[in-house]
Amino acid sequence: MQALQEHEGLVYPLNRTNVDTDQIIPKQFLKRIERTGFGQFLFYHWRYDDDGLKRQDFSLNDPAYDGASILVAGENFGCGSSREHAPWALLDYGFQVVIAPSFADIFYNNALKNGILPIQMEKDQVDAWLAQAQQSELVLKVVLEEQSITDRTGKKISFEIPSYHKKKLLNGWDDIALTLHHEEKIVAFEKQ
Amino acid sequence: MDKPKTIIEKIWQKHIVHQEEGRPDLLYIDLHLVHEVTSPQAFEGLRLNGRKVRRPDLTYATMDHNVPTKNRDSMKDEIAKKQMQTLKENCDAFGIPLADMQHPDQGIVHVIGPQLGLTQPGKTIVCGDSHTSTHGAFGALAFGIGTSEVEHVLATQSIWQEKPKTLNVHVEGDLGPGVTAKDLILAIIAKFGVRFGTGHVMEYTGEAIRNLSMEGRMTVCNMSIEAGARAGLISPDETTVNFLRGKEYVPDGEAFDQLADSWLALATDEGAEYDHRVVIHADEIEPQVSWGTNPGMCVPVSGKTPDLTQVEYKEDVARALDYMGLEENQPITSINIDHVFIGSCTNSRLSDLQKAASIVAGKKVSENVRAIVVPGSFSIKLQAEKEGLDTIFKEAGFEWREAGCSMCLAMNDDVVPPGGRCASTSNRNFEGRQGNGARTHLVSPEMAAAAAIEGHFVDVRNYTSVPS
Ligand code: SF4
Repeated sequence: MQALQEHEGLVYPLNRTNVDTDQIIPKQFLKRIERTGFGQFLFYHWRYDDDGLKRQDFSLNDPAYDGASILVAGENFGCGSSREHAPWALLDYGFQVVIAPSFADIFYNNALKNGILPIQMEKDQVDAWLAQAQQSELVLKVVLEEQSITDRTGKKISFEIPSYHKKKLLNGWDDIALTLHHEEKIVAFEKQ
Repeated sequence: MDKPKTIIEKIWQKHIVHQEEGRPDLLYIDLHLVHEVTSPQAFEGLRLNGRKVRRPDLTYATMDHNVPTKNRDSMKDEIAKKQMQTLKENCDAFGIPLADMQHPDQGIVHVIGPQLGLTQPGKTIVCGDSHTSTHGAFGALAFGIGTSEVEHVLATQSIWQEKPKTLNVHVEGDLGPGVTAKDLILAIIAKFGVRFGTGHVMEYTGEAIRNLSMEGRMTVCNMSIEAGARAGLISPDETTVNFLRGKEYVPDGEAFDQLADSWLALATDEGAEYDHRVVIHADEIEPQVSWGTNPGMCVPVSGKTPDLTQVEYKEDVARALDYMGLEENQPITSINIDHVFIGSCTNSRLSDLQKAASIVAGKKVSENVRAIVVPGSFSIKLQAEKEGLDTIFKEAGFEWREAGCSMCLAMNDDVVPPGGRCASTSNRNFEGRQGNGARTHLVSPEMAAAAAIEGHFVDVRNYTSVPS
């Protein structure tokens, strides 16, 4: 996993609640046996029509959001299927940070395992950013060490993240290697 | 005396391998179920790092998500074929038992675990699949994980988990005739919302839950994830013990009796406290039909689609109605369907098929409807055929298929076409779930069967009196 210390990027506002992982990456793309190359299929049926043409009415297709790397969305982002293809697709497309008032448990974990920073933020603030980014360019800078998000006017907001997740993201640690430090305890458990 | 504990706390405590301040707990995993879609990248990760599968004997694999439900010998989808081949190679290489497409134990992963007796009370069970919550019906702590975690469990037989909060869903009273476990769980999600369980493990209690068969309990626990819960479970009782007696992976004789005693002792203690508790009255529940694009968007069959002036998230509701091709305030029974799917890990067990068959016996599927039945496992299919259910379905005009996930997620050829409208016994009505542009209505097997005959939704409670 890549370490993530800080990130500055353009916000893409996805003003929808309960965005499920079937929408993030539809099932027909889950047959691949690789971890890579899923970005092109991100939000596939929202981005493309039945003929594979870009839908003009879906905002991610608006050139104003080209290069966006921070996704801001409504409540319960990532609900539904456990498919890790969802964070793979987000990351491959270029999203490093996802901000929402709440996340589904499995998605939250899956994001962290892939070096995406999921930030849970109060709904009022999320709504404000959603509105702002829909009207004009919104660039945010996220600094994980100090748990802060700053906009271009210098306004700074802090966010919460469990300390062990923070440590792992900052260092890009591999979970399995960490667990194997406890090998003896696993063996002992198996013997009991 | 010790403080009374919930079953959730009891299982948790028994499985802690390592605990330290400021970190999640490292939990031991007793059973790891694997399927073809969420595992290839995990095995690849093991290979890249030169790691082995720690306990192939606690791991069990099957193929379900993209297996064809007919013409298995001439499968055309090369990418799906490769994914299944990859699972076979991985299981061979790492010594994991596999029920592949031709195997007599093949079936939907959450159907075969209980059927084989691999699923048992008190176990920690994981699978790279969100509906792992199904196994909680037995009083196991069972939850879905992502592929990185699959790799982690393969390598270490353990998982880092933050201790969940506990939530008691207490169901007072009993379900009325014609009202099923599926209606109960849909009504719970409709009432409390698709995220009320987030961060929690739910335990279902109450008279209606006690009166459910194991099949019904599995249906309820299966959909816990649709309420956002990490897992849902039910304390074991005699129903649980009786179901497991004689299953392939449980011991018999005295060993079984001892095991059964230890299972029963796991049940939540009288007076144990939960972090949260909600109550619902079973006798007020009607058969349910979902109208929207998440499982919480659901109303009684006597109801209507929502009135846009009365809802909180107006934009989301309007979008859902639009996707579903429905108007506001539209009576549910006025909705015509053109597809029926009886299957999925929610409702594809023998009793589901028996109940659906009892509705369609001697009747004919409406001429506008294409209806299919997909048993949850090969063995269920055989049992159903022994009872002649296949004949009943086929004579009524249903297609009778091989076991798999099928039209629940439409990864194989069983797809609802764009704009098609399906009465489905599965668990998710997300946009495009059953096919791009497909519209899904979640219902019980009985409701799906009656809709197949009539071509629109009907209240199954007074259905038998309707002349056909
Ligand atoms: S039947 Fe549907 S919900 Fe169940 S495991 Fe298969 S795809 Fe998932």
